[in-house]
Amino acid sequence: MARPHYRHHTRFTQLVWCLLLTAHAAAGVLLLALSLAAAALCIIWVGLPLLVTLTRLLRGHAHTHRRMLGHLLADGPIPAPAYRPLPDNRLTTQITTVLTDPATRRDYIWLATNATAGIMLAALPNVLLAHGLQALAYTYTWRYTTSAYALQPVTTQNDAWPALITAALLLTLAYLLTPTALHTYTRLNRALLAPTEQARLAARVAHLATTRAHTIDTQASEIRRIERDLHDGAQARLVALGMNLGMAEEMLTDNPQAAHRLLTEARESTRQALTELRDLVRGIHPPVLVERGIDGAVRALAVTHQIPITVDIDLPGRPPDPVESAAYFAVAELLTNTAKHAHATRAWVRINHGRDRIVLIVGDNGTGGLDPRGGTGLTGIRRRLSAFDGTMNSVSPTGGPTIITIELPCETASMTEAPTPAPDTHPN
Amino acid sequence: MRVVIAEDLALLRDGLIRLLEAHDCTVAAAVDNGPDLHKALTEHRPDVAVVDVRLPPTFTDEGLQAAISARQTLPGLPILVLSQHVEQLYARELLSDDRGAVGYLLKDRVFDISQFLDAINRVAAGGTAMDPAVISQLLAKHTDASPLAQLTTREREVLAEMAEGRSNSAIATRLYITEKAVSKHINSIFTKLDLPPSTDDSRRVRAVLAYLNQ
Repeated sequence: MARPHYRHHTRFTQLVWCLLLTAHAAAGVLLLALSLAAAALCIIWVGLPLLVTLTRLLRGHAHTHRRMLGHLLADGPIPAPAYRPLPDNRLTTQITTVLTDPATRRDYIWLATNATAGIMLAALPNVLLAHGLQALAYTYTWRYTTSAYALQPVTTQNDAWPALITAALLLTLAYLLTPTALHTYTRLNRALLAPTEQARLAARVAHLATTRAHTIDTQASEIRRIERDLHDGAQARLVALGMNLGMAEEMLTDNPQAAHRLLTEARESTRQALTELRDLVRGIHPPVLVERGIDGAVRALAVTHQIPITVDIDLPGRPPDPVESAAYFAVAELLTNTAKHAHATRAWVRINHGRDRIVLIVGDNGTGGLDPRGGTGLTGIRRRLSAFDGTMNSVSPTGGPTIITIELPCETASMTEAPTPAPDTHPN
Repeated sequence: MRVVIAEDLALLRDGLIRLLEAHDCTVAAAVDNGPDLHKALTEHRPDVAVVDVRLPPTFTDEGLQAAISARQTLPGLPILVLSQHVEQLYARELLSDDRGAVGYLLKDRVFDISQFLDAINRVAAGGTAMDPAVISQLLAKHTDASPLAQLTTREREVLAEMAEGRSNSAIATRLYITEKAVSKHINSIFTKLDLPPSTDDSRRVRAVLAYLNQ
């Protein structure tokens, strides 16, 4: 595991963080007290709706805490568990949800721990520091205070000097214990706040099931589209072609002029069939993608695009075919969007690889205001990417610019230097 | 005219051989893969090579690469690339050495035999033959910012015909104007694209390049 971030903080910022965490945990103490009261009130029914409200508050509280700890942990904010959503309407269903949700139960366990042991742990460094400073001050303030930091009853200034030993001891302890306390605190909270391994796996399985369903849907509809295009297009044209040729054959001796006309027609319908097939192939898997990989294919897109596009690609090799194809179609769709909706005068595409993922960034200087949820295009891209555990994020304030970032997992090891020779299915 | 053919589909290769031999061409070699193509080009030094973009062993753009590298060793070697699809990126790469004598056509253009032979002859003579699909894509792409925006509609039509590789008289016939008008338009295109006079032929190629690179 990477080094936790707080190791890079100075002692001072560590102490500030301890203070912040103590303050936040103190809010938890209030929440815990209220929860206990609500639990007690459950004997008469008023406790139940109170519990629902407190659960809402607790989720917010826990989530803020997860985000705060994200500043201290190497792996960023703690992921939230999959809560059961609280239904808005009926109280009884809300109560059942709260009482049966394992994630909510874990939140309450965290609250109880954090508001007792946790708060003491977080407060410890600052308490030690405060006492150390107080002991330091004691050498001058012994006359006015009843605290005893010296090793013997103090009546003269000389008696007060040994308080320095106590001060040194307390300050050293504060200095030494601050990282340990912070470390223990963050570890304890992460253990309690992060979803359990079981919950994580369950969420993962649910995610995989959804994305698999999406993939199957997408592929099935894609195959239907191809079938329809072939059936209505090239296939029909070839039938017409055969008919024309047959008729021309018959007319060849009797009416050579008509035969000639039919042959010309036949040639024309062959050309149209080829054009349709070419467009179809381009839609399934563009030839330039096969020939040049994503690098050449994106450059080829840029060349034919309506607006000037800067392309900057830095990849150690060619990603596996499915990833390459998904990445290409995502970029193509985004550039089409740019041309259609953004009113941009410039766009850029940047593709590189790092941390075992391909990162694709598409930006333009258009009007922005892209709705990340709206638009079938974006949903389509998201669905296609989800099959590869890819993600898409967009930044598009009204007035522009729009920047869309796509990340696709792809290990460097799976990249090939040279294009893979096609399987030997060729006719010769 | 001596021709080298590179095409990996036997059916098409035989068809091309038959077509060319029926029209007074000698097929010096007909190969089906990239390395053999390179060998045949340097060995036979044909008057024109007809090359498929995608060839074994990699089934990527082996043919195109072999053609471009052959032109580096044999400058100005006339090459007509035939492909199942046209890609402007490839058109630019072919034209990038500024020497002309290249063509890039869809395989379907073979259907119109006289036009296909015309394209082969143009390329062999040092001209260009770009597929109308490349040209029409470029027309659609046209933006106000490019110097081509200054061209009149007629001038753009003339330039498109030039890019396809036609001679002044052929352009005149196709656009139903006089040859004199064609050369007037062409001069005006050269001025607007800021192409100072050198030899007329390379100016034509450079005008086409400017067009492709807009």
